[in-house]
Amino acid sequence: MVTENKENAKGAIHIENLVKTFISNEGDTVTALNGVNLDIPAGSFVSLIGPSGCGKTTLLRQIAGLAEPTSGGVFVDGKKITKPGADRGFAFQQATLFPWLNIRDNISLGLRARHVYKEHKQDVDEFIETVGLKGFEKSYPHELSGGMNQRASLARALVGHPDILLLDEPLGALDAFTRMAMQDEIHRLWEKYKTTMVMVTHDVDEALYLSNYVVVMKARPSKIEQVIKIELPFPRARTQDTFVLYRKKILEILNFAGKIPEPEYYL
Amino acid sequence: MKNKILNTLRRFLPFLGVVVAFAIHRLIEDSDEHPDAEEAYYTWILYFFLVATFILGIVSTFIKKLKKSLEYSGAFWGGVGIVVAIIDIVIGKFALFPVLFFPKYDNILAQFFEGYEIILKCIWHSTKLLVTGFLYGSGFGFVTGVLLGFNKKFNYWINPYIKLIGPIPATIWIPISLTIFPTTFGASVFIIALSVWFSVALMTSSAIQAVPKAYFEVSRTFGASSAFQIFRVGIPAAMPSIFLGVFYGIISAFLALMTAEMFGVKYGIGWYISWQKAMLVYSGVYAGIIVIAVYCMLILTLLFKLRDKILNWQKGTLKW
Repeated sequence: MVTENKENAKGAIHIENLVKTFISNEGDTVTALNGVNLDIPAGSFVSLIGPSGCGKTTLLRQIAGLAEPTSGGVFVDGKKITKPGADRGFAFQQATLFPWLNIRDNISLGLRARHVYKEHKQDVDEFIETVGLKGFEKSYPHELSGGMNQRASLARALVGHPDILLLDEPLGALDAFTRMAMQDEIHRLWEKYKTTMVMVTHDVDEALYLSNYVVVMKARPSKIEQVIKIELPFPRARTQDTFVLYRKKILEILNFAGKIPEPEYYL
Repeated sequence: MKNKILNTLRRFLPFLGVVVAFAIHRLIEDSDEHPDAEEAYYTWILYFFLVATFILGIVSTFIKKLKKSLEYSGAFWGGVGIVVAIIDIVIGKFALFPVLFFPKYDNILAQFFEGYEIILKCIWHSTKLLVTGFLYGSGFGFVTGVLLGFNKKFNYWINPYIKLIGPIPATIWIPISLTIFPTTFGASVFIIALSVWFSVALMTSSAIQAVPKAYFEVSRTFGASSAFQIFRVGIPAAMPSIFLGVFYGIISAFLALMTAEMFGVKYGIGWYISWQKAMLVYSGVYAGIIVIAVYCMLILTLLFKLRDKILNWQKGTLKW
């Protein structure tokens, strides 16, 4: 069976009839989310996948509380989300570390913002070690590679021990090999801290490698097409044959499966 | 081996430059048209630099950092010696220009050696003006810029006035400020502060508005307060441009300072120059210009040293 981190009771997400519309520059109303309903159990790893414009990032920002919903709402452990909070960490597509702070100060910034840095000093050291940045605490972001910056960004999002970690294509800007290494990193962090993970991605393999559930979304009108439970035990292997079936299923839903043309004659 | 000799030569190029200047000064007689100075000040200075550059060449053999920098800059300083010698030939030796307006080195140096008390007094007076005006101007400019950058209402009501008043050269206000302020010192401080204020305010507000939105979103996901977002995110992110504002500000402050001093203020380097000119002592005018050049360069160097300390995370947008 799937290793669901059942012992963690916090971090369950309930999304109810969530609608989000924008006014475009031309004055038209654009619907980014058209009545989304979704339940994410505490401690699970959920990937949101779909083409651009399907509203997956909008959905993630709604959970984070970075934008107000037009109607409906997001509830975390039964409480309606109205603004960002320390219970939800957010890792952006770009590492967006502050260039004027060194790695350690960047990671501890959230704790300082909430005036709890003194009590959680050891947490900062722990996370620096966990993401493998020991020895680079005093370095500035521009001195480190993209992968290392992204590690620091993950540590920054996790250091306050949030119940939920929201990941907006956190590995999108990395090269293929760094990316795979970082996937293992994220998996390890999930196993260790049992945080509920919601990740936006364009990469089907990444979603299959990491998630309990893959939420497939479609654009125009943007909505959730299907929620697929990935019934494979962890640790998973990228070369594993069973991936093929899931990949086929997801690509078919997204109409990206493609087709080999029928030969015109048989020998 | 050949390289080593060449590099050693490079370190002695400043010395050779002084030798050239010295040789020309001693071999050719000064033109009779120039009035004689009390003492041979230029010769004294040349002796000093002969010894100093020679010692520098020797000492640099043993100090690695000095060696490297002298191997690079030696040729330049050697060139300076030659430029000094050429000016000596044109003005001192052959008096190709009217001697009243182009005095020889001895007479310019005499202003320093004989009148250093008044020059020091003037430097002190200018520094007092500049520092006071600069502190007021950059302080108010910073606050104005932060308010413009973060507060939409303030921006709406105040920004148009700033756009109207800001670009007017601050020195235009001299006649008005002289009547408003009870002392000329106050009036000059006001003029200098005004010229610093505009560039600091403008650069601060535009820098804050240009801070990437992502930085504020990141801090919002921490649950940061708006004070935190202003003081720990917006202002630090805008710091490099704020520094540029201070840099432009201090340059227009120099201008305002000199103009203000040439108007009503007594003492100060600008006043010194216009006083010397009024008395037709052009050697004094040149002495004043030299003081201003060295003075401004020192202040800007200090400013950039300060920036390297504060903004060490940033790789130079502006080199000095």
